Amino acid sequence: MPAGMEVSINGRPHQLAADMTVADAVLLLTSSAAGVAAALNGEVVRRAAWSSTALAPGDRVEVLTAVQGG
Amino acid sequence: MDDPFALGGETFSSRLIMGTGGAPSLDVLDRALMASGTELTTVAMRRVDPAAAGSVLDVLAARGIRVLPNTAGCYTAAEAVRTARLAREALGTNWVKLEVIADERTLLPDAIELLAAAELLVGDGFTVLPYTNDDPVLARRLEQAGCAAVMPLGSPIGSGLGISNPHNIELIVAAAAVPVILDAGIGTASDAAIAMELGCDGVLLATSVTRARQPELMAEAMRCAVAAGRLAYRAGRVPPRRHAVASSPPVD
Repeated sequence: MPAGMEVSINGRPHQLAADMTVADAVLLLTSSAAGVAAALNGEVVRRAAWSSTALAPGDRVEVLTAVQGG
Repeated sequence: MDDPFALGGETFSSRLIMGTGGAPSLDVLDRALMASGTELTTVAMRRVDPAAAGSVLDVLAARGIRVLPNTAGCYTAAEAVRTARLAREALGTNWVKLEVIADERTLLPDAIELLAAAELLVGDGFTVLPYTNDDPVLARRLEQAGCAAVMPLGSPIGSGLGISNPHNIELIVAAAAVPVILDAGIGTASDAAIAMELGCDGVLLATSVTRARQPELMAEAMRCAVAAGRLAYRAGRVPPRRHAVASSPPVD
C-alpha cells in the first residue's frame, strides 16, 4: 500500500494516495473537464498531459474555469 | 454585411461587446445578452466551485456567442500571462482581454505591467485586447507592441461616470491603426453613443446593463445607442456654431 501525501488543490489541503496525477486532482472538483484548465505549482499543465503528470507531496494544484466577469 | 467590424482577423456585425459580470442570474444574463445583440463576451477565470449550478459557458455555447477570457484580478504581468495561458487551455481561444490593475480601489490599469504583459502575450501568439488608460501615448505603445486593438477606459470600471476625457479618446482614435474599443465607465445609453460618435470602433460594457434595474431593457438600449452613434459618426455631424442658422427659408 503506497503512503499517502498532502497536496494543495485550489488552496485546500487534500490527503491523496501517492500515485495520484493532475487528472485525479481535477476529478476531485469536477467531473466535466470541458472549459477547465489546471496548473501545477504555477505552471499550466496541458490537458493531454494531465493523466501522465504525477503529483508529489507539497504540490499546489490550481483548477480553474470560466465564470461571469468583465 | 453593411459596415462590418473587423477585429483580430475576425468580422463581427455587432460593435457592442457585452461582458457577463454582475448579472444576478444566468437567466437574466442570457436574456440581456440576446437583447444586446453581442457576438463576443467576456468571462473571468476563477477556481472551480464544485457546488456551482450551471455555467456561463453553457449559456454562451447555446447562443453561439464567442468567448473572450479576461485577466481580471491580476496585478502583475506574470499573473496576467499565467491567467491568459490557463484561459487558452481551458477555452481553446488565444484571444484575451488583458487587464492588469494597480489597486482595488480604482481598478485603474498599471501601465508598466500592462505593457510588459502585452509584449509577452503577443510574443506567445495571443490576440491581445488590452484594457488601458485613456492615455494616447500608452495606447500607441500597446499598438506598437502588436496588440489587436486598444481599449481605453471612459472612466473607472463599474463607476458609470461615462467618458471623462473625450478629447483623449479622440486623440487615441485619430492615431490608432487598430480598432479602438471604449471599455469601462459606460453608465447609460448616451455614453455608448458618445463613444461611437467620437470614432470608437466598438464599446465594451457590462455593469451598466447587468446591474440596471431591467438588464434586458438596458441591453436593448445599448444595442440601439451603439448603432446610432456609429451611424452618426459615419454620417458626419454638422459643426457646432455660436449663433443660430435658420433651417427655414427667409420670409420674402
